[in-house]
Amino acid sequence: MIRTFRIFRFDPEKDKEPRYREYQVECPKGSTVLDALNEIKWRQDGTLSYRRSCRHGICGSCAMTINGKNNLACESQVETLKGVIWVEPLRSFPIIKDLIVDMEPFYERLKAVKPYFIAGTPPTDKERLQSPEKRKLLDGSYECILCGCCTSSCPSYWADKDFLGPAALLKAYRFVFDSRDEGTQERLVILDNKHGLWRCHTIFNCAEACPKGLNPTWAIGKLKQKVIREKF
Amino acid sequence: MRPIEVHRHEVVIVGAGLAGLFAGLHTSREFDTAVVSKVYPIRSHSGAAQGGCAASLGNMMEDRWEWHMYDTVRGSDYLGDQDAQEILCREAPLVIYECEHLGVPFSRTPEGKISQRPFGGHFSEFGKGPQKRACHAADRTGHVQLHTLYETCVKQDVRFYSEFFTLQLIFTDNGACRGIVAWDLRRGGLHVFHAKAVLLATGGYARAWKVTSNSHANTGDGLSLVLRAGLPLEDMEFVQFHPTGLYPSGILVTEGARGEGGYLLNDKGERFMERYAPQKMELAPRDVVSRSIQTEIDEGRGIGGKNLVHLDVRHLGEAKIMEALPQIHELALKFTGVDCMKEPIPILPTAHYSMGGIPTDTETHVLRNSAGEIVEGLFAAGECACVSTHGANRLGTNSTLECCVFGRRAGISMLKYLREDPCLPDLPQDAAEPARQRLQGLLEAKGSESAAGIREILQSTMTEKMGIFRREETMKECLSTVKELQERYKKVGLQDRGLVFNTELMEAIELGSMLDFVEPIVVGAIARKESRGAHFRKDYPRRDDQNWLKHTLAWKEGDSIRLDYKPVVITRFQPEERKY
Repeated sequence: MIRTFRIFRFDPEKDKEPRYREYQVECPKGSTVLDALNEIKWRQDGTLSYRRSCRHGICGSCAMTINGKNNLACESQVETLKGVIWVEPLRSFPIIKDLIVDMEPFYERLKAVKPYFIAGTPPTDKERLQSPEKRKLLDGSYECILCGCCTSSCPSYWADKDFLGPAALLKAYRFVFDSRDEGTQERLVILDNKHGLWRCHTIFNCAEACPKGLNPTWAIGKLKQKVIREKF
Repeated sequence: MRPIEVHRHEVVIVGAGLAGLFAGLHTSREFDTAVVSKVYPIRSHSGAAQGGCAASLGNMMEDRWEWHMYDTVRGSDYLGDQDAQEILCREAPLVIYECEHLGVPFSRTPEGKISQRPFGGHFSEFGKGPQKRACHAADRTGHVQLHTLYETCVKQDVRFYSEFFTLQLIFTDNGACRGIVAWDLRRGGLHVFHAKAVLLATGGYARAWKVTSNSHANTGDGLSLVLRAGLPLEDMEFVQFHPTGLYPSGILVTEGARGEGGYLLNDKGERFMERYAPQKMELAPRDVVSRSIQTEIDEGRGIGGKNLVHLDVRHLGEAKIMEALPQIHELALKFTGVDCMKEPIPILPTAHYSMGGIPTDTETHVLRNSAGEIVEGLFAAGECACVSTHGANRLGTNSTLECCVFGRRAGISMLKYLREDPCLPDLPQDAAEPARQRLQGLLEAKGSESAAGIREILQSTMTEKMGIFRREETMKECLSTVKELQERYKKVGLQDRGLVFNTELMEAIELGSMLDFVEPIVVGAIARKESRGAHFRKDYPRRDDQNWLKHTLAWKEGDSIRLDYKPVVITRFQPEERKY
């Protein structure tokens, strides 16, 4: 079936302003938006620019806004989308070219929460032990692929560019709730301020945007509880 | 074009998957380390590894590294070098514990140990009973390892140059490698990285096939760098086809699905593996299972007579599927619309892994020839390298393991080398000239050929003619197509002539890499008149140890490929017939 794609275009070396361009694409059953973008790039317009790699939703490269909602292009089935399909870069990140945004501010926020394991000396010749119940606390956070769909969809982030954002906070959750990690205190100090946990107003856009079905708002709630409990 | 920028680091690592990051983790403890990657590190294809990472921890049942080694040797159809295979299996527990200590969130046993599960080709007591050896985090093992290693590198202040495409290696007059030239995809511009040690950890290359489990990024660029430097590649004809790719795209469905108890069924509903591997059934090694599936399809027993069979996990039950195979449930639903709790998953074999690559010794030094002479300053590890742990066929869960074991060894090897304080002579003025010319040529090219068009023909030719079953005649046809495409590539033209994020330029360079390394694959396969592991010839269906128990080395010389051979290292296990 032939479908119409209206795609955001901006070439920083040529354009003063962004524009939209329409393409007609033959989309057989099972086509994803990434398949359609490839079809355009490979057969119609080689200048169309976007990131992609694994094409099955694990590398997190191809996050974009599709018919107004953030999603991975590789996981968006064309047949589930109605009418003209609008494809735009992720909101609130600086645009580099066409659908490619500058992810550096996103990665910088992530680094701010000490996104790494902090622990004392491990046993010398064995693993640390962790019960399946304690390991289960990490479900819903360790799966994050850092695609940026959540942070880009967050109104609090739109309003406050110093906000850590849902992805960084979900990463913080992954370590704070890891029974093996010993960096909770230093992380909570980073999270406990107006650009951290408390900037989240429980809007749940992030949960709706997450292509992996994760719920950063819920995790942020758990971190807020943790901060309160530690304080009082 | 902007003026060339020059950076100096003690270590430069090309590629940010498991092998590159494991090495960087170790070198950065003492030396200034930079990682140059064409994708942001966590986008690397290691993250797509699903099922597990093998190690004889013995957490669920008795296990020994010797059993693991025996399975690996037999799985490799005796082409693996047993000194390397011994290191792989002996050091496996060490690297798994190291991963755990770095924070990898493995699944756990009721006692809190790392959980392990069965996988194809892994057995107990020298090939006898079942074995649980694959350490895993549900079915997202590569994802958690990759993220943890990246996070640890961030903690250790490794310098990352993300979205930089490496175009060239730099050598001194006496042949030592002292840096690379890379293109900054984002800003446009050439960068020279001057270094005392360079590690290639650029991953695999199954993107040269149409039906593949691999990322778009897996275009074997590191292999092309080596060929262009006049160095050889090893055992390129051995390419693994994973038995279970989602139909029709080839997206990976982990072998863990069979490890957990999934069945393979043909159109008649038969568990056809009974005919091919009556004892090990679905858990025979990948080459055996892929050939069985292809035979069923070729003989008309594919589902509905089509190019697919079924993988059935329904009997495992919802709880087990959601606990052990959640990603498979998600992938089948999103990409084929199949709910694997209610229906079987349509699958077909898919190009997956390259056993061959850049020849190295067990200390990861890149080798110059069959005499084992090393290239000073140049190291390689992971899927791009051939050490050779996998020989003619890799066992599942041994690839992420190889990345960890030999990535770590590369780090340690470079540490040793740097402690000797090798000299770093000034760069020649024109060090980046070949890369600059190549890039300028592509940016200004006005040819009529499209890179996408050439790539499409290459990929479908490789799938049709260099697949699971091979024959002299079709391989020769494949070779002439490759030659023709190499000529057409010289007339390629781009629509995008910009410098900022020119992904059309990137794809054209990647196509150039593929056209470089597919030639040794085809030439090596035509020359090897036997069937061994993943290289199966209908015209020579038997393994021939008398003539072919040896590694292929291939050089690009002018317009042709020169082959040489070197012996296989055999220490503990003598070749015997392989039955499953």
